[in-house]
Amino acid sequence: MLLEIKNLHATVEGREILRGVDLAVNVGEVHAIMGPNGSGKSTLAQVLAGHPAYAVTAGTVLYEGKDLLAMTPEARAREGVFLAFQYPVAIRGITNAYFLRSAVNAIRKYRGEEELGPVEFMDALAEKLQAIGWDDSYLSRPVNEGFSGGEKKRNEILQLAVLDPKLAILDETDSGLDIDALKTVAHTVDKLRRPDNATVLVTHYYRILTHIEPDVVHVLSNGRIVKSGGKELALELEEKGYDWLREAAAVA
Amino acid sequence: MTQAPDVKERYVAAFKAFAGNGAGAAPPWLHEIREGAIARFTELGFPTMKQEEWRFTSVAPIAETRFALARPEATLTPAPRDIDRFVPRAAGRRRLVFVNGRHVPALSATDGLPAGVTAWGLAEACRHHGDLVRRHLGRYTGTPSSNAFTALNTAFLDDGAFVHVATGVEMDEPLHLVFVTIPPPEPLVSHPRNVVVVERGARAAVVESYVALADGVYWTNAVTELAVGEGARVEYCRVQRESRDAFHVAATHTHQARDSVLGCHPVALGGALSRHDVHTVLAGPGGHLTLNGLYLLGGGQHADHHTVIDHAQPHCESHEYFNGVLDHRAHGVFNGRIIVRPGAQRTDSKQTNNNLLLSTEARADSQPQLEIHADDVKCTHGSTVGPIDQQQLFYLRSRGLSQETARGLLTYGFGTEILGRMPVGEVRSQLDYLVRTWLAGGGAERRRAA
Repeated sequence: MLLEIKNLHATVEGREILRGVDLAVNVGEVHAIMGPNGSGKSTLAQVLAGHPAYAVTAGTVLYEGKDLLAMTPEARAREGVFLAFQYPVAIRGITNAYFLRSAVNAIRKYRGEEELGPVEFMDALAEKLQAIGWDDSYLSRPVNEGFSGGEKKRNEILQLAVLDPKLAILDETDSGLDIDALKTVAHTVDKLRRPDNATVLVTHYYRILTHIEPDVVHVLSNGRIVKSGGKELALELEEKGYDWLREAAAVA
Repeated sequence: MTQAPDVKERYVAAFKAFAGNGAGAAPPWLHEIREGAIARFTELGFPTMKQEEWRFTSVAPIAETRFALARPEATLTPAPRDIDRFVPRAAGRRRLVFVNGRHVPALSATDGLPAGVTAWGLAEACRHHGDLVRRHLGRYTGTPSSNAFTALNTAFLDDGAFVHVATGVEMDEPLHLVFVTIPPPEPLVSHPRNVVVVERGARAAVVESYVALADGVYWTNAVTELAVGEGARVEYCRVQRESRDAFHVAATHTHQARDSVLGCHPVALGGALSRHDVHTVLAGPGGHLTLNGLYLLGGGQHADHHTVIDHAQPHCESHEYFNGVLDHRAHGVFNGRIIVRPGAQRTDSKQTNNNLLLSTEARADSQPQLEIHADDVKCTHGSTVGPIDQQQLFYLRSRGLSQETARGLLTYGFGTEILGRMPVGEVRSQLDYLVRTWLAGGGAERRRAA
């Protein structure tokens, strides 16, 4: 088991957002977490990455059998957890290349591997870029500074490709992308799929699931996973919307 | 805070001694300029915090200290290797070196400059090329100056750099003007005056830096006038890295003719108390100015930047960026005035000032001032003052960077954002090294001093 969440409760500024989430993700799997706005999808993603604004009030999260909640955000990243942000922030003055190398080297150092110099890194990066069919125009620009919404999302995926995590959590990476950008992002994520890693796709829309086939689809509503199923569940949500689930949850 | 009358008298007495002695070799026209300037200083006196332009900066420590003018015969000449560490190795044949305000030919070399670029000590230039100097000296500072320090600089005007780049000459690599202070046991003052003239269609790069070979109390009171001719392109960098006990007061006046392009890059790292006035005039249509500054301060340092961008003519563009990083009890002041004169239509002006506070005791005051007297213009400004952004910090940590590394990177970014706009590679890498050193060790050094 790569990730095991049990009865997770979390609050932000005193408001309870997660109210008992249970989720189990195995290596080799792609899980989609869908749900209406305000259901707690992004909170779940941020809590897993260790955002300090969220307080976990109950429950456990095991990652490779270890207590994920006890780790700092950087320790999680070094252990192979990656969050693609819904709203990536800009970092003034730091180029993407410099940032990526700093991140790669932080992880390599943790693993006891030798850190990469600028030239070695650029060589390794060129390979990655080629593998996902991107040019290097992003690299000399400051991180996300002046990027369009779509460029920011692509940049998250570039980081995903370069850092090559075991567990990737994509927080609404598909929102705000035009169809071509969506395809590029989806194909990149699909290419990175391996038997020894896993992806959790947090999304509001069915669209991206036509490009990345999920193994399991979960519906998050009001801070709980109220329904899980195969990819056909996503299609059902696409057709019926989320209201029927909210009613079901209210009855339950 | 009224000044004791003896402060002014002290400077008048010093002036009399100076004018009657060491400055004797100067031509009569220069004597006249000096006399006018000391009279002006007597009218103005040192500024006080009651004056709007000085409300965040007290110059009382300067007014209260008894400074002596550097005596040329008492000035030690450092070894060339002492200077080498302040100038990129490649720039050995294109530098003018000044020690305690005075040009030292033995440490200078200009044979690496292209034909058509002349660089002299100002005293020498006044003697041998008086007409050329006279055409420009004091023309861009405003006469009489409204700034007491500029008046004082002019009164004690003796040496500095005079640089002339002839029409159409292309200078790819920068000329370095290095002002070195060797502080004697008693507080010392120097008044370097620089005049840089870049003629029509020429391209030039100049780097002015202020350094010290030892700690000690001294005061540099510098004035630079830079004239950019029609269609000329100039990159002007200024690096203030005085010793941590030093006072540094400076005024940089630039004047741009039609269709000229100027990049002006002031960087302040040193000094206990510093004040830099940058006064730029877009005096012909179609001019383009990038004013791109940085201050990194720690300990109890105080640095005040006052900038004026004067759009006197239509169709000019100015982009101003100033970043400040303030640690410990440091205090940064930024005041950015943009004037759009009547008729300066189609002005496009943008100003930003971002301040990063690394300690709860650090302070930054940021004041934009727009004076717009034309109606078809685009002017924007913005300023920020605050600690490290928590969202940015989390973003970097979520990529595996430790909290400390992430903080360092975000701080470094405040510096590199400014350095990234400096096209002169040799200066950019020198400054990059200085910023890294500041981040890595300089802070700790200052912490001890704080």
